[in-house]
Amino acid sequence: MAAIAQIKRLTKKFHTLTAVEDLSFTVEEGDVYGFLGQNGAGKSTTLRMLLSLVSPTSGAIELLGMNLATHRKEILREIGAVIEQPELYTFLSALENLQLFSRLSGRPLKRPQLMEQLELVGLAGRAKDAVSTYSMGMKQRLGLAVALVHDPQLLILDEPTNGLDPQGIADIRNLILHLSRDRKKTLIISSHLLSEVQVLATRILIIDKGRKVVEGAADQLLDPADTMVLLETLDNAGARAKLGQSPWASSLQPSIDKETILLKMDKQQIPAFNEDLVRLHIGVVRLEPRHTLEDYFLHLTTSSQHVAPFAN
Amino acid sequence: MWPLLQIELLKIFRKPRTYISFVAIAVMVWLIQLAFYADGESYLKFGMQALTNSFDVHGKVLNGYLVCYIILQTFLMQVPLLIALVAGDMIAGEANMGTLRLLLTKPAGRGELLAAKFTATFIYTVSLLIWMAVLALAGSILIFGVGDLMILRGSEVDLHLVGDVIWRYAAAFGFATVAMTTVAALAFLLSVFAENAVGPIVATVSVVIVFTILSTMDIPFFNHVKPFLFTTHMIAWKGFFYTPVPWSAIWVSFGILMGHILLLGGAAWIAFKKKDILC
Repeated sequence: MAAIAQIKRLTKKFHTLTAVEDLSFTVEEGDVYGFLGQNGAGKSTTLRMLLSLVSPTSGAIELLGMNLATHRKEILREIGAVIEQPELYTFLSALENLQLFSRLSGRPLKRPQLMEQLELVGLAGRAKDAVSTYSMGMKQRLGLAVALVHDPQLLILDEPTNGLDPQGIADIRNLILHLSRDRKKTLIISSHLLSEVQVLATRILIIDKGRKVVEGAADQLLDPADTMVLLETLDNAGARAKLGQSPWASSLQPSIDKETILLKMDKQQIPAFNEDLVRLHIGVVRLEPRHTLEDYFLHLTTSSQHVAPFAN
Repeated sequence: MWPLLQIELLKIFRKPRTYISFVAIAVMVWLIQLAFYADGESYLKFGMQALTNSFDVHGKVLNGYLVCYIILQTFLMQVPLLIALVAGDMIAGEANMGTLRLLLTKPAGRGELLAAKFTATFIYTVSLLIWMAVLALAGSILIFGVGDLMILRGSEVDLHLVGDVIWRYAAAFGFATVAMTTVAALAFLLSVFAENAVGPIVATVSVVIVFTILSTMDIPFFNHVKPFLFTTHMIAWKGFFYTPVPWSAIWVSFGILMGHILLLGGAAWIAFKKKDILC
């Protein structure tokens, strides 16, 4: 499959704050790419860079085979986006908003086509009502209609279910699935809710403090054969050095913090690993398998301050 | 750029806030006209006391031309406020609403968008001045009729015959368009840096007030800075009513105002092109 987005060593600094650091990832055609991280992890900044709303400090963004820095207009013609809340012109109707943005997108649509778009998001019945009278869920659906109005190849949705009630979340989720399966769109969806990304995404990227933590196919990350093992020892640096010299070297994962060592292995290998820890004279304080993606995500981003919302 | 401009005009003229300015101007003009209609003669008698002690003044002094001139002088401070109300909202208002990021994800250049917004602001400014001209000049002529225009200027009197007045108003309104566009350009530049329209609107009005005070105060210390303040040149439209018309001074003021527009517009352009859209 062709790469729709190729992001290479992307960094964004705001004065002394590094919002995104050395981030690289690739989105293939047809992917529903889940972009996962705690609030403030750098998701929105990254997506804004993909849309040229924010200029990168360094790195390269290639979308649809073109460089964003030199082909901004051509690329944006093929991208639809909803960044955070879809704020629209509240003094205009849904139909007028859609008409306005279809003209701005360079593919002006006639009224019947605009009504079809509103039909798709279930707003045809309220087409002439001012957007100021819309609920949050309706605005979100209208935002999606605006993003889709020029039939883009790539959709970028930043926290698309934020602030919605359960019914609204289900509606948006179904719509995203429809766009992916039936209309063959490539989507990049950011969220801080793992449950949301888990349902929708074919590939997942987890970022924390602006840095990539892990990237992979959703089913692969969820595979119990790839259990994440959390190890805490009396001397983590020494333990890491010893494990690096042992047959477990290939299981070692990049460090997230100084307190823990992360390893990936088959669940069946854990007893043998335990025996080797004793044999290598590593003083174990904690040895804990992490079975689900949620566990995994929790651990990877545990250094952040927002653990509570995930700890059910 | 035409579709972008159409969209910007649609947004300006569909916003209720836009019409505040038109209503405010209508109310102010009508109040002045009503005051002159009710008590204009005694007001003029008082104002011309010094003149009538030495000269006999015959004819219809209180006419539409004079009332319009008085209205224009009175509106020196109010119209910039009304211009800033819309110009200051053009970028910051969109940033505040969150629509700026949506606009910029569409395949239009930032420069194009800015140009469309500034052109739309200019059209709004021109519309407001045409509205003012219709109410102040045409309305006053309708109520008070026409006559020779007599203007007291310090110890001097400028007298223009009835057939020699209209072109002066046309030129004055044309010049006022440039002056108000300068205010719009200032509000527009400040709007690029803000994420709420209140800031640029208040800042623009404050700058105009402070500069106007400095421009009009006759204190030697301030006389050195006066030529550099755009507010000093904004009132050069009055020159069209002097005898003789000080053409060279008017052209200098025109050039300085145009320079301000280009400078402020250019700064807005550079800042907007580099701006990170975080709101």
